[in-house]
Amino acid sequence: MTDTPGSPHSAPYGSGSTTVDAAAEEPVVVFRNVSITFDGPPVLNDISFSVAPGETRILLGPAGVGKSVLLKLINGLLRPDQGSILLFGHDVATMTEEQLFPLRIRTGMVFQEGALFDSLTVRDNVAYQLIQERVPDDEIDRRVHEALTFVELDSTFDFYPASLSGGMRRRVAIARALIHRPEIILYDSPTGGLDPITSTTIIELVMKQRDVYRTPSLLVTHRLQDAFTLSTHRFDPTLGRMALLPTGETDPNTTYMMLEEGRLIFDGSLHELVHTDNKFVREFLE
Amino acid sequence: MAIGIIERTAKDIVLTAQEYSLFAQRAVLNVFRKPRYWTDFLMQCNIIGVGSSAIVLLSGFFTGGVLALQSQATLSQFGATAVTGRFVSTTMLRELGPVLTGIMVAGRNASSMASELGSMVVTEQIDAMRALGVDPMRKLVTPRIYACILMLFFLTILADAFGIFGGAFVTIFMNHQNGTQYFSQAWEHLRYPDIIQGLVKPLVSGYIIASVGCFYGMRTTGGTEGVGRSTIDAVVFSSVIIIFADFLLTQILLTLFPPI
Repeated sequence: MTDTPGSPHSAPYGSGSTTVDAAAEEPVVVFRNVSITFDGPPVLNDISFSVAPGETRILLGPAGVGKSVLLKLINGLLRPDQGSILLFGHDVATMTEEQLFPLRIRTGMVFQEGALFDSLTVRDNVAYQLIQERVPDDEIDRRVHEALTFVELDSTFDFYPASLSGGMRRRVAIARALIHRPEIILYDSPTGGLDPITSTTIIELVMKQRDVYRTPSLLVTHRLQDAFTLSTHRFDPTLGRMALLPTGETDPNTTYMMLEEGRLIFDGSLHELVHTDNKFVREFLE
Repeated sequence: MAIGIIERTAKDIVLTAQEYSLFAQRAVLNVFRKPRYWTDFLMQCNIIGVGSSAIVLLSGFFTGGVLALQSQATLSQFGATAVTGRFVSTTMLRELGPVLTGIMVAGRNASSMASELGSMVVTEQIDAMRALGVDPMRKLVTPRIYACILMLFFLTILADAFGIFGGAFVTIFMNHQNGTQYFSQAWEHLRYPDIIQGLVKPLVSGYIIASVGCFYGMRTTGGTEGVGRSTIDAVVFSSVIIIFADFLLTQILLTLFPPI
């Protein structure tokens, strides 16, 4: 994938817009005073934030703090007890499962362990939505090859998930999330449990999607290195890999949030994150 | 303290029964709305029907054989061994064929449905399916329920037939009685109510097996340990409910078609 961003052929996995004016457009996701409780204390308590078009939001926090729950609330996989969640302007908290399906098709989601269907080949996993929509086989094969080439795994076309490594499964999961050209991508700990080299490969794919196709995203992670790399690097389409931004520069569309015991305790830029006085954030960073 | 435990348990039972009712009702009604997954239905017919045929044939054959052996011991005291065929065919068709087939298929398929769907739940495959815009109830549960109902109907007919053959085998080769007499007795004394009774029961059992298996699979929590728990619950509850439903159906059908 070395096409010029913005050309009609270059945007198979995103909105295709190359110029982002976040202030001028409606947010893609809006959380307003959202709370959810299972058994015991609230998992999320009075959470409010938004994701603007073209924005990449990184959700930090230790394990078990409710990061994955927050992600699943966005596309209605879970329902909040209180508050409203707007996805593309629709309040998913009040919609039925039937009404949610068209919205979910516009949303790409990468699950923590990939969540590939064991009984299907990589081709059928990646093409799952297209198969349900009865897209012709030739078209499916072409788009699956394109998506797998994007994650540099075209050779696994006929493989079953069981024969893939953990990192390869995540990359196939990314290909599956991107094939339907989502308008927002939700990444649930895409590098969790992976070695540093594979993690960097995954982060590079996330960056490629952000910088080349400008798809807004929300990425959950507890790995600071991955989070900071997304701010300090950009994807260089001519080199085909990520490159360090000049010293002192960070990606303006990548911002951070942090959860502690179900509450959103930080929401801001990388600069604000590293200079915050919040004790919990400081401890987490150190 | 004790009252609190009883209250919680009672509430849990009522809540589970309510959730199961809504789940089973929704799964059945899905067939009236698009999309319908015919390929999945046919695949499940193959897994449930063809996959279970061997155990159903063998259990039917040996049950018929045991019935012939036991009846020989009892009927010989009254000089009535000639009615062995009638005894075996009536018992197989009305009761043992449907119930045994139901329990055998429950052991094989309710467990496989619960463990397969349970594994999909704990590995987030069900969530992934929903996130991809596909309703798991329609894609996974509804085809299994209809396939199980249809296949159990035919498997019961096979079990009945092989039960009668098993009885014939024992009657002819072990009890050294007349085979023609066995089959004529088996055939002549069969009435339509016997057949109706034997073929209504597997429709209900098929529904119970698939709905209970899928229900416990889809509500799995607690990782791989939870999958094991769901599998056990699915087999235990589907088997018990099949026998309970058999009791109710027998009572109803005997009222509708009283014995002569």
